[in-house]
Amino acid sequence: MEKSWNNRAWFMVLPVLVLVAFSAVVPLMTVVNYSVQDTFGNNEFFWAGTEWFEELLASDRFWEAMGRNLVFSLVILAIEVPLGIFIALNMPRKGIGVSVCLVLMALPLLVPWNVVGTIWQVFGRVDIGLLGHTLEAIGIDYNYVSDPIDAWITVVLMDVWHWTSLVVLLCYAGLVSIPDAYYQAARIDGASRWAVFRYIQLPKMNRVLLIAVLLRFMDSFMIYTEPFVVTGGGPGNSTTFLSIDLVKMAVGQFDLGPAAAMSLVYFLIILLLSWVFYTVMTNRGVER
Amino acid sequence: MAAIGLENIRHAYGPDPKRPADYALKSVHHTFEDGGAYALLGPSGCGKTTLLNIMSGLVTPSSGRLLFDGRDVTGLSTEARNIAQVFQFPVVYDTMTVYDNLAFPLRNRRLPEAEVDRRVRETLALIDLEDRAHRKAHGLTADQKQKISLGRGLVRNDVAAILFDEPLTVIDPHMKWLLRSQLKLLHKRFGHTMVYVTHDQTEALTFADTVVVMYEGEIVQIGTPDELFARPKHTFVGYFIGSPGMNVLPVALDGARARIGAAEIALPGAPGPVEGRIELGIRPEFVRVGREGLPVAVSKVEDVGRHKVVRATLEGRPIAALIGEDEDVPAEPRVRFEPAGINLYVDAWRVELGS
Repeated sequence: MEKSWNNRAWFMVLPVLVLVAFSAVVPLMTVVNYSVQDTFGNNEFFWAGTEWFEELLASDRFWEAMGRNLVFSLVILAIEVPLGIFIALNMPRKGIGVSVCLVLMALPLLVPWNVVGTIWQVFGRVDIGLLGHTLEAIGIDYNYVSDPIDAWITVVLMDVWHWTSLVVLLCYAGLVSIPDAYYQAARIDGASRWAVFRYIQLPKMNRVLLIAVLLRFMDSFMIYTEPFVVTGGGPGNSTTFLSIDLVKMAVGQFDLGPAAAMSLVYFLIILLLSWVFYTVMTNRGVER
Repeated sequence: MAAIGLENIRHAYGPDPKRPADYALKSVHHTFEDGGAYALLGPSGCGKTTLLNIMSGLVTPSSGRLLFDGRDVTGLSTEARNIAQVFQFPVVYDTMTVYDNLAFPLRNRRLPEAEVDRRVRETLALIDLEDRAHRKAHGLTADQKQKISLGRGLVRNDVAAILFDEPLTVIDPHMKWLLRSQLKLLHKRFGHTMVYVTHDQTEALTFADTVVVMYEGEIVQIGTPDELFARPKHTFVGYFIGSPGMNVLPVALDGARARIGAAEIALPGAPGPVEGRIELGIRPEFVRVGREGLPVAVSKVEDVGRHKVVRATLEGRPIAALIGEDEDVPAEPRVRFEPAGINLYVDAWRVELGS
């Protein structure tokens, strides 16, 4: 059939364009707009140029929050990925145990973020919380409200509890796709347990693991709700991540200009990291 | 290399088997001689893969003993038995190069690297993959991958036996023939004990010196391709081997004559006193179509190239006959059975005809 060109066909794309414009482009432009202006209320705005950006990039507060974010992401990745692989390897492959394990694994993923926060906030309390009270009873000094280390441990534990399941489920999906013949061949070749993991199971999990790492990195880098509910960013600024700082700035202090500049920088960082991950992943695909 | 002895091997997959039907293998007793090329032939679900996995140690039999050169290995692990096995779907370690794939079983056994290198190079030459030695195994074709699977067995030159589990299933037809002849060559050259599981009679008959036919968890006949063709011990062997399979007609006996309906067939000899369901088996190759003999109604003539298959009914029973490519079926056709091709079966098992 002959293809015919008609520029009016572009109108077909219009609804989506309008939708995206109102849901993404317009709000983003508003933020850009705020980031280069100063306001003292009364809807009066003054041109500020790149002042907010300069101030932001020079501020310790921003870099400290960014540092905390990176450390947090790396810590939870270092725990969740190996732990997730370990659990997936030890999950049953057939029988009733499969559905039991899958349901247990899926449960934390089904709990809303703020509820997860509340659960751990109560769980860790020294006066009534199961964890906090028990630790105190056996003589361990634990208080996430006053001790920064305890606060970090609580937030990290909470994230591990909440999200390791995702890594487990992805890895498990990779593992069950391995035909029995591979394991049989490995037994015949005299492969050790480690060799089976290294040369059969890990290569099969490779792709899903990359997705898991990407998702967990992005998600943990944008974490807000759970630490906000549990520690509110404290004690001091010890658990103040970028997102928490941002909300403090925009809603708490009503510094719209600096907050807008920070949102943009934050957005660009995440965009950049996503792009890096995406490129690495697709390059690996080409290599294969 | 070793002779593999199976002593009353029985196996059931379910727990607590009671009836014979619960067993995937019902008392298999046989010895695979050292250096023999065997085919285990049978339809899906007849227990041939189970038997193979018992030999390699992937499955432990419910009862019975397994002997390698007289040594009891029933309780030994797969690795300790030193068996090679090639599976239906090619198993290669994707992230390794072809070279490393072949070196894998040797390195697992902690051989010195110089020895590994020597053997891997030898094997690469054998399976014709020298030019791809340092390529990742991932992108190879199915037949190359299957060669690597085989190579991982050949590289251990002391393997007790090489077992094949329908290894050509996923290979392109034109490569099948090539791989099969390479396999035969390797067998001639090194004399490994080889056991080849298949449901394809052509593969079995061309590969093996001795074919073991299995049916419902039992060995029904062990023999050379010729024996299986000329004297099938069980009606199943008769119609499973051959294309089309053997004609099996229920008959009544009268001394050295068999009667089917109103038709009478002279047997080459009289059987001893028999009791049970009596059937006459004759391969289409031994049924002559012409103007004399028993009247048949021809329903169809299929031209399959080198010869034609005549489908007809004799006294209401379907019967097949082969005729030459240029021959024609005469009007009012009749069939004659060549005495040499007549076998008699009682309750599906063959009985000798005294002459």
